[in-house]
Amino acid sequence: MKIVVCVKQVPDSAAKVVVENGRVTWGDAPLVVNPWDEYAIEAALTQKEALGGDVTVISMGGESAREVLKQALAMGCGEAILISDPALAQADSQATARVLAAAVRKISDVDLIFFGRQAIDDDAGVIPAQTACLLGWPVLSLVSVIRSLDPGARTVRVERSIEEGRQVVEARLPAVISVVKDIGDPRYPSFMGIRKASKAVIPAWTLTDLGLGALDPVISWPELMNPPQREVKTEMITGDSPQEIAEKLADKILGEKVL
Amino acid sequence: MMSNKIWVYIDQFKGRALPISWEAIGVGRTLAGQFGGGVTALVFGHQVEAIAQEAFHYGADEVYLADDATLSEYRPEPYTTLIAKLAGESTPEVILFPTTTRGRELAAMSAIDLKTGVLPDVTALNVQDGIIVVTRPVYAGKLLSKVQCKTRPQIISLRGRAFPKPALDPSRTGTINRIGAVLAESDIPTKVVDYAQVGGGVSLTDASVIVSGGRGVANNPSLVPPAGLGEKEAEIWKAQQGFKLVGGLAAVLGGAMGASRAAVDAGYIPYPHQVGQTGKVVSPDLYIACGISGAIQHLAGMRTSKVIVAINRDPEAPIFKLARFGVVGDIYAILPALTEAFGKKLGK
Repeated sequence: MKIVVCVKQVPDSAAKVVVENGRVTWGDAPLVVNPWDEYAIEAALTQKEALGGDVTVISMGGESAREVLKQALAMGCGEAILISDPALAQADSQATARVLAAAVRKISDVDLIFFGRQAIDDDAGVIPAQTACLLGWPVLSLVSVIRSLDPGARTVRVERSIEEGRQVVEARLPAVISVVKDIGDPRYPSFMGIRKASKAVIPAWTLTDLGLGALDPVISWPELMNPPQREVKTEMITGDSPQEIAEKLADKILGEKVL
Repeated sequence: MMSNKIWVYIDQFKGRALPISWEAIGVGRTLAGQFGGGVTALVFGHQVEAIAQEAFHYGADEVYLADDATLSEYRPEPYTTLIAKLAGESTPEVILFPTTTRGRELAAMSAIDLKTGVLPDVTALNVQDGIIVVTRPVYAGKLLSKVQCKTRPQIISLRGRAFPKPALDPSRTGTINRIGAVLAESDIPTKVVDYAQVGGGVSLTDASVIVSGGRGVANNPSLVPPAGLGEKEAEIWKAQQGFKLVGGLAAVLGGAMGASRAAVDAGYIPYPHQVGQTGKVVSPDLYIACGISGAIQHLAGMRTSKVIVAINRDPEAPIFKLARFGVVGDIYAILPALTEAFGKKLGK
């Protein structure tokens, strides 16, 4: 199996993210592997261990994104590729999907691509489906379990987690899979893995390397704002017994006319 | 035929439309008021003509109805191919999708097929000089981003409960245009094999009331776990007793049960209940947080709830800053009393 995992570097989920002078800042919070993508790495490594083959991790970003690639290598991915180009600084989802699809074509003979369900910075969750669409491959999104992966029959069968419950879907390979948390907790990097990753030479591909010209943006972002401050006056409910507190609180809630 | 500039995709599962689709028709009507013309609804499935009638009742003027066995279960490939064909033959200005798992995916893929931009999970929308500018939360709502699409059609998916559901008018009718499927079964690379309902309760993202539990639900010193349990099992057992109380209150209020990431990570409750940045982002009318301190990643997932109530032993818990009403106390004592009080007052 030849597997590709796509990862993104994002501010940690505990970061206090604010806009200052029109720019996003997150203080001294660290940049990390997008939490959903850690599950994608785990899913890819699990499949490789079961069936053999190799896992290549790719990330589109600036030089700092080498750090997330190193973490993926330390977890067990065999190769890493950074995709970095000044022209991608303001890439929209369509441009990102085009770049990732081109990278997968360049890697060639890929059987499966794993993504996390969405990135916790832009929360768009459209890249897996868009990349699949550009490659002309089926997409299996929000996958919670990989039931079977059969390289001989060229099929993959998964459970998807949808609003209504769990759906079992089968697709032909090659395919694109986006995963949710149920797929299995990501492993920690091993000591040997960390040593290997620290010495790894990570190539950087530009748009030219991918054979892509300028990617005209189809989206613009005229403004980024802090959300309006929530004006809440907190009323503390007290009483001599739980019953008295409950009685008062229930009346207060009913008074808000939200039930 | 199909001269309308505003199209709305109607999401259905097993032949039943999701009500969030009607919210999208409501937005479609507002836009039609600005762009002129009517609203065209796209209804795909098998034996789904009743949904077309419902779409008229909620405000559609015309329905493109693709009723075919190959469309019986949603699959992205045949559905998106159909949208691309229809939109390619016409010139819609806007295609609206409800942000369901299916709607978001179709919006994403349609944008690729139609070489245009997609604005997913939008919570507000304005028209300025004929251009739609949307607002979408990013960083799980820690920030808001205004976004616009430079190309046509503008593909937008709308977050559930962010826009009002239009009133039902059973006397409204419209025109049905029947269309065939584009892909033959043999050309479709996926097959739906099975489906199982999970939980069966109210879904978090649709719920108007959510009662959530955090790590605090395991903190009842007076509970004695059954003999023979290890330390971790005993903790989980205690937490499950706590979540029974959380679930009891949710049930009497007709709501859904949520949880913090800490509670999910500790193994107290399965992941589909998780509210927060790496769980579900929710916006109910009433959110009751029980034993949840209010980590930033949890607050990001529920901060737009209309009325927030916090019950916690720690008076310094950050959750109280967002709460309209707060109780400093033991959820094991308060929750049963509150469930009983609501039971009485709501006549249940």
